[in-house]
Amino acid sequence: MSRRRFQILFARSRGNHEEIPRFGRAVGVTSALFLLALVLSFAFSRLNYGWNWEAVYQYRRMFVSGWLITLAISAASLAASLVIGLAAALSHRSPFLPLRYLGKIYVEFIRGTPLLVQILVFFYVVADAFGIGNRYLVGTLTLAFFAGAYISEIIRAGIESVGESQLDSARAIGLTPYQTYRYVVFPQVMRRILPPLAGQFASLIKDSSLLSIIAVSEFTLNAQEVNAFTYSTMESYLPLALGYLALTLPISMLSKYLETRYRYAS
Amino acid sequence: MRLRLDGVVKRFDGVTALDGITLSLSGARSIALIGPSGGGKSTLLRVLAGLELPDMGGVEIDGVPLPTDGESLIRYRRGIGTVFQSYNLFPHLTALENVTLPLVQAHGYAKEAANRYAMELLDRFQLSSHAGKRPYELSGGQQQRVAIVRAVAIKPRFLLFDEPTSALDPEMTAEVLDLIAELRAQERELIIVTHEMGFAKRVADHGIFLGSGRIVEEGPAAALFETPQSPELKAFLGKVLKY
Ligand SMILES: Nc1ncnc2c1ncn2[C@@H]1O[C@H](COP(=O)(O)OP(=O)(O)OP(=O)(O)O)[C@@H](O)[C@H]1O
Ligand SMILES: [Mg+2]
Repeated sequence: MSRRRFQILFARSRGNHEEIPRFGRAVGVTSALFLLALVLSFAFSRLNYGWNWEAVYQYRRMFVSGWLITLAISAASLAASLVIGLAAALSHRSPFLPLRYLGKIYVEFIRGTPLLVQILVFFYVVADAFGIGNRYLVGTLTLAFFAGAYISEIIRAGIESVGESQLDSARAIGLTPYQTYRYVVFPQVMRRILPPLAGQFASLIKDSSLLSIIAVSEFTLNAQEVNAFTYSTMESYLPLALGYLALTLPISMLSKYLETRYRYAS
Repeated sequence: MRLRLDGVVKRFDGVTALDGITLSLSGARSIALIGPSGGGKSTLLRVLAGLELPDMGGVEIDGVPLPTDGESLIRYRRGIGTVFQSYNLFPHLTALENVTLPLVQAHGYAKEAANRYAMELLDRFQLSSHAGKRPYELSGGQQQRVAIVRAVAIKPRFLLFDEPTSALDPEMTAEVLDLIAELRAQERELIIVTHEMGFAKRVADHGIFLGSGRIVEEGPAAALFETPQSPELKAFLGKVLKY
């Protein structure tokens, strides 16, 4: 085979810029998937395992309802975490110091402790004390406070990336503080935080699986139950992985797309 | 313009940027602010732009004291065209949008009227082919020219330039200075901080030499550059004209 035929397997780079032909990308993706399939099929063929899909198939409704609950909890906690994250980010700039430090302590505590502990403390201590009985609500709120801390850092970085010189320019042309936020800061922050925000949403979806420990019937808990009923571990958990991928993969692709779309020098 | 400054002092946590500036000028149409780095030129310009409030002393322009409260300061800034050294333009907006933003948001233009008027101006300054580009797609010189068009578009009482070319290479410097010279020829009033002594000599009719936050020497530009009196200005001109 000539060298030219092999070239399709390599990305050509010119300086910092890389060129990947459409066909090369297709060949690359296919061969990577093929390799992966080869390794996996070898591993599974060596496995002495009595597959029993029928038993699990009878519980397909549990998968669907669990998947939908996971989707709903993730979406609801994302919406709430945006509000919490924005509030925490703005509190970092508040002239009222107790509020500022409250924001900082919140972010550091959440980011420094495992979600598992947060869920347990929130469920058995905080929610109990405030009389929130609904575990779905508690789960959603816990996730929202958890993601809110990370989102507040994303938003804060976004606001800080709008340089002092731009704020000066905005003042010099006579914009009011509100107009400055509305027409100068906000649009740039939105563009800059959309990609990491999408990534955060993907994490949130996976993290919601931990809510199974407080018996929220989401996707993971339902899969665990199916496993308990059928003793078919692989058949219960492989669909689980695929179900999460079906949610996170499009989001991850969206995040990549937004990143290239809004990449401009400033 | 008539300019009166009376003992203007400005400090930044411990650093004295302006150390008692007193000045009375009338009839000067274009003023050059020169002086060594850290001398207080930018600070003085920012005070005149309404971006910085003096800690002490008074500033009067055309007989009206500079406002001190937030609302009136915003109104004051809307009447003045300010151009900084760099990063004047907003990176998420096109050249055209950069020009129309203050027209629409601060000067009550309708969107279409602002677009038409801004295009006209960009056209007059040979920038219309760049109207749809974002700042990162423009050269440094083009960015500064768009920033100047934005400052001119609002029909300002006067223009303030803070080293508008010091971030540019020589070729781009020339295109920006030509534009400023053109504005000067249209009898627009302007104050410019610059390290381009030749240019200052050409466009300014009054010169002010600032050192350590004080006015060391000032006077008609021709006299100031040709026959400097103070040893500081002599040394300064000797240094910058050497190259
Ligand atoms: N925002 C600020 N915060 C702290 N110090 C400042 C600030 N602005 C100016 N200064 C200080 O005030 C002094 C005068 O600065 P200014 O920028 O007015 O000088 P300049 O004459 O414009 O110098 P250059 O030619 O380098 O631009 C300097 O010592 C500077 O460090
Ligand atoms: Mg300066």
